[in-house]
Amino acid sequence: MGERKTRVLVGKPGLDGHDRGAKVVALALKDAGMEVIYTGLHQTVPSIVKQALQEAVDVIGLSIMSGAHIPISRKLMDMMKEEGIVNVIVIVGGVIPNKDIPLLKELGIDGVFPGGSPFEEIIQFIQQSVRE
Amino acid sequence: MGVATYIKDEKDAIEEVILQSGIKVKPAYTPEDLERVGFEYHKDLGDPGEFPFTRSLHPLGYRSRNWTTRQYTGFGTPEETNERFKLMISHGQTGLNVAFDLPTQMGYDSDDPMAEGEVGRVGMAVDSLRDFEIAFKDIKLNRIGAGLTINAVASVMLAMYESMAEKFGYKKTEISATPQNDILKEIVGRGAWIYPVEPAVRLIGDTIEYAMKELPRCNPVSVAGYHIRESGCTPAQEISYAFMIAFAYIDNVVARGYKAEDFVGRFSFNLNVYGNLWETVAKFRAARKLWAQLLRERYGVQDKKALFLRGIFGGGGSGMTKQQPENNIVRGAYYALAAALSGAQTTALCSFDEAYTIPTERAALISLRTFQILMDEMGLRDTIDPLGGSYFIETLTKEMGEKILEEMEKIEKMGGMVEAVASGYVQREVARQAYEFEKKLQQGKVTKVGVNKYTEGADMEVELHEYNEEWAQLQIERLQDLKKTRDNKAVKESLKALEKAAEVQENVMPYLLDCCKCYATVGEMANVFRDVFGEFREPNIF
Repeated sequence: MGERKTRVLVGKPGLDGHDRGAKVVALALKDAGMEVIYTGLHQTVPSIVKQALQEAVDVIGLSIMSGAHIPISRKLMDMMKEEGIVNVIVIVGGVIPNKDIPLLKELGIDGVFPGGSPFEEIIQFIQQSVRE
Repeated sequence: MGVATYIKDEKDAIEEVILQSGIKVKPAYTPEDLERVGFEYHKDLGDPGEFPFTRSLHPLGYRSRNWTTRQYTGFGTPEETNERFKLMISHGQTGLNVAFDLPTQMGYDSDDPMAEGEVGRVGMAVDSLRDFEIAFKDIKLNRIGAGLTINAVASVMLAMYESMAEKFGYKKTEISATPQNDILKEIVGRGAWIYPVEPAVRLIGDTIEYAMKELPRCNPVSVAGYHIRESGCTPAQEISYAFMIAFAYIDNVVARGYKAEDFVGRFSFNLNVYGNLWETVAKFRAARKLWAQLLRERYGVQDKKALFLRGIFGGGGSGMTKQQPENNIVRGAYYALAAALSGAQTTALCSFDEAYTIPTERAALISLRTFQILMDEMGLRDTIDPLGGSYFIETLTKEMGEKILEEMEKIEKMGGMVEAVASGYVQREVARQAYEFEKKLQQGKVTKVGVNKYTEGADMEVELHEYNEEWAQLQIERLQDLKKTRDNKAVKESLKALEKAAEVQENVMPYLLDCCKCYATVGEMANVFRDVFGEFREPNIF
């Protein structure tokens, strides 16, 4: 019996359209053997949560470049709680100042990977978190 | 991205240099190389100001006219933007480059739920003509040109600019605006698209047609290879995609019965200065030449000035690093040097804090000073095309030209840029290049100082441009007040007329002007198009 592939939803919430980072990470995760679903641009938090449920993903990765990472993360975590989604790892990447990382963790974000984070770090974090 | 790939031996000696566009660089060049690539002075270069303009568009280059500097400015409320405009002008900036917030770029009013948290964040919020009246107050619109960084609703913003200028008493023949207005590159690389490809391209055709007839000093399109390069493509692809995009817009207008000769002189380009210095200079020289040659061949354009590749060559933001951010000041200086050696007419730099946020006032001024030092102290205005005639640069310029044509051929075979973008080919190719580059960077095969070499441990935090939540509140209050005080009957009628024009594919510009003048909002106008055209759906590229 083959091991089930880890399923990752790469989401671009908000109006920002800079998706180079999201696409590059999506390709890296795919190369690492994961199943990647990309939401496309201009998503709302409800639409991301809906796709996460439909696709039964193990991981939600948000790419946020606009500076709105805190309100968006808060909204996502609240909504996941409302929908009773547990055991889904949430990671955030993009333009994230170091000083905001503790607050994001407090909100329940499992991993924060600012632009330029090594693929290896992201891949290992996901693999380890999913195993746990 | 942007740096070449270096293959070295164990003693750090370079064995091979491969530029990003795929060209190998030799350790030395001689007259034999010029012979090998078939270089001929008059055919390949021409004198400065002469076809094919490889060396310069103007016979006296920077001697007759210094370049224009246009830092990207605009944030928060129109009042704040107006203050920053005036500050930059008082410090010697000679053109405005207006940044809009994302809701405005996406055709949402500040009170739309989609705009939440984004009002005034990355640029100024514009809901109606009232905002433009504030932002451009006391700016001499007949003296200073404005680049409007907007695409999906560029037609709306051009109409807004004209309405505002008219209100301030300027004639439409004396104002100069350059809306970016390049929707194909938004779909490929920057993401601020709304409508499906075909009606979106038609809207651009409308602005070109309108500007040709009514706004003699406006450049209705700025084709932005810049953003496609930022998204990951090679320098050669940047130029070839930009040219193929430009052809798509030209074809739309030619199909309306006009001659390219009559409008193509108004096209401008926004291209990226970033990466290997030599590849950059060769890219721009080759691009100027090819553009002139291709316009002659494809569209029979004869008028000399219509053959000019005009535009802004600006320092690329993705070259900037958040590690050791002061290094970005140095990078910016080299980008500016590359732009000057390439004969840029207009330039801009990403400020050193741009890897994190939109520029602080200090950072924007440092960029401006960088240009001033180069031109006023270092002698870059002395002579035209100072690298011209170099065995290396001339060989490389020829080779870049061939690479650009090769990439164009691939798109041509797919039926042109509209098809290549609708199918997702270009997006897939750009994402692939970006991924390959990122892998090389992470493996240390390309060098980025402070990122994967010469690192200093802990990164320093840069000064952040503050986002003020009150801006949104002020903007929403103004909008609500506007909706109460304007002539709502006139608004309704003008929007109805706009809808009809969009449905029958009449040029929408005169109708947009009517809407703007009675203070219809950007969201209201954009929604008319949403209803008539629908929205773009991204092809799956994974």
